[in-house]
Amino acid sequence: MAIRERLSGNEAVAYAIKQINPDVMPAFPITPSTEIPQYVANYIANGEIDTEFIHVESEHSSMSATLGASAAGARALTATSSCGLALMWEELYVAASDRLPIVLALVNRALTGPININADHSDSMGARDSGWIQIYAESNQEVYDNFLQAYPIAEHKDVRLPVMICQDGFITSHGVENIELVEDAPVKEFVGEYEPEHYLLNKKETMAIGPYAVSNYYMETKRAQRQAMLNAKQVILDVAAKFEQMTGRKYGFFEEYRMEDAEYAVVIIGSAAGTCKAAIDQIRENTGKKVGLVKIRVFRPFPEEELAQALKNVKAVAVLDRSEMFAGTSGPLGAEVRAALFGAKADVEVVNYFYGLGGRDITITDFEEIYGKLENIAKTHKINDMYSYIGLRSK
Amino acid sequence: MKNTVEIRWHGRGGQGAKTAALLLADVAFKTGKYVQGFPEYGPERMGAPITAYNRISDKKITVHSNIYEPDFVAVVDDTLLEAIDVTHGLSPEGGIVVNTQKSREEIVKQLRGYQGKIYTIDAREISEKALGKYFPNSPMLAAVVALSGVIEQEVFLNEMRASFEHKFAKKPEVIDGNMAALELTFEALK
Repeated sequence: MAIRERLSGNEAVAYAIKQINPDVMPAFPITPSTEIPQYVANYIANGEIDTEFIHVESEHSSMSATLGASAAGARALTATSSCGLALMWEELYVAASDRLPIVLALVNRALTGPININADHSDSMGARDSGWIQIYAESNQEVYDNFLQAYPIAEHKDVRLPVMICQDGFITSHGVENIELVEDAPVKEFVGEYEPEHYLLNKKETMAIGPYAVSNYYMETKRAQRQAMLNAKQVILDVAAKFEQMTGRKYGFFEEYRMEDAEYAVVIIGSAAGTCKAAIDQIRENTGKKVGLVKIRVFRPFPEEELAQALKNVKAVAVLDRSEMFAGTSGPLGAEVRAALFGAKADVEVVNYFYGLGGRDITITDFEEIYGKLENIAKTHKINDMYSYIGLRSK
Repeated sequence: MKNTVEIRWHGRGGQGAKTAALLLADVAFKTGKYVQGFPEYGPERMGAPITAYNRISDKKITVHSNIYEPDFVAVVDDTLLEAIDVTHGLSPEGGIVVNTQKSREEIVKQLRGYQGKIYTIDAREISEKALGKYFPNSPMLAAVVALSGVIEQEVFLNEMRASFEHKFAKKPEVIDGNMAALELTFEALK
């Protein structure tokens, strides 16, 4: 029996953590972190879970302590946001190369410069090359569901990689919405017990984790990480299938919304996908124009071939990025989508838009304009700008 | 066409406008609705103008943008009327409620010719009478329910009593005070 609730995204993640009852959570629970560590600390203080909470002095330390706990053989996690993730930078790479199945609850907020902690993907997009699996959510429901799937993916013997469960700062993290929770017993069964094969506290197998790797070893380690990332694709689908059996909610690498006959498509990540869906419903109802959406859920590993398949029959695609990378042609998602379509030799016009940086709002009207532009691009085969900004107050 | 009711709250940091929006989402949820309650965050500081929002619907809500054309507006602090265009985008079919000790006529003058329903409520007087202290949330919540009709008053009162009984299990005297604040507000707006 599902439990009907209304929770903020932060509450939803904290609730998932409570249901999983992991072993160790080091965290630095002040801004720019969120209420997630605070809620978990409450559960611990109330005796509802026996997770060991470690108060640390910075995010550099919180990820270090999480690494240590995970290497020792514990199921470990932490939570952060924005510059907190930036301060973990070094350890993110260590976690991935040490193949530690850590889960990080990330609330996506802008990286400083100028100071801003509103919704923006610059924190996790900067970390996209660190070797972590990245899974994004549109709604509070999705971030909860993704969190429950995180450990089964991370700990799978073919994967053994850390996983970042991302949600949009404030929009879902601090916004209250309806949500369906799974009961404790099926969650426990779904997530299972963590039984590490190799770990530091195993007396029978003495080992070192994370030693210096000379050139003779470094490249092989990276290739092995790539293999794990490739393997993760099947595991992510398998875990999603099992999750669907439990809840009826279907997940994949991405969600296709009204794409069956779509001629114009938006590709986007996160909460704005919901606004885009509302725009699609309105446009189809009012004009009959065939518009659709592909919402990326899994950004690492990136589903190139599957995405190209989903987009190959449309006339024009707008890729929307919620973070800048100051490249000549696109943002991080735009670059991936262009590469995927190029690799598949798909004859599709692609344009890239930046939106929502630092929490700038994007509305149904904005999406209506984007679909209008796509129609024009498909007609004229002319793209004036490879990329442009949505909702900019000056050019 | 419109099956989602959209509400915008204006308050000052520390007055509880965000909490009121979350409480409204809570009580609407309990009556079986789909809800959203969310604040718009800027630099957070006491006394600065803040905005919070509600969407309430019988259908699943996917939109994640702010609300620019609300059906209803609630103003927790009447000094905001000078600083902010609180009726901006507000539907003339809808309405606004302002917490004030001023006369309705004075408030109407400040609302720049807004054509929809205009309610005023003295949340301070009601709260001090019912609770002995100034907590504007309960009167404002009741005022928004009275203005918008988004929840039936009877259902609203029952849900709020259940919620207060849960929240103030250890302070039963606060339950009756808060319920009185809701009822006095409905009385005043009849």
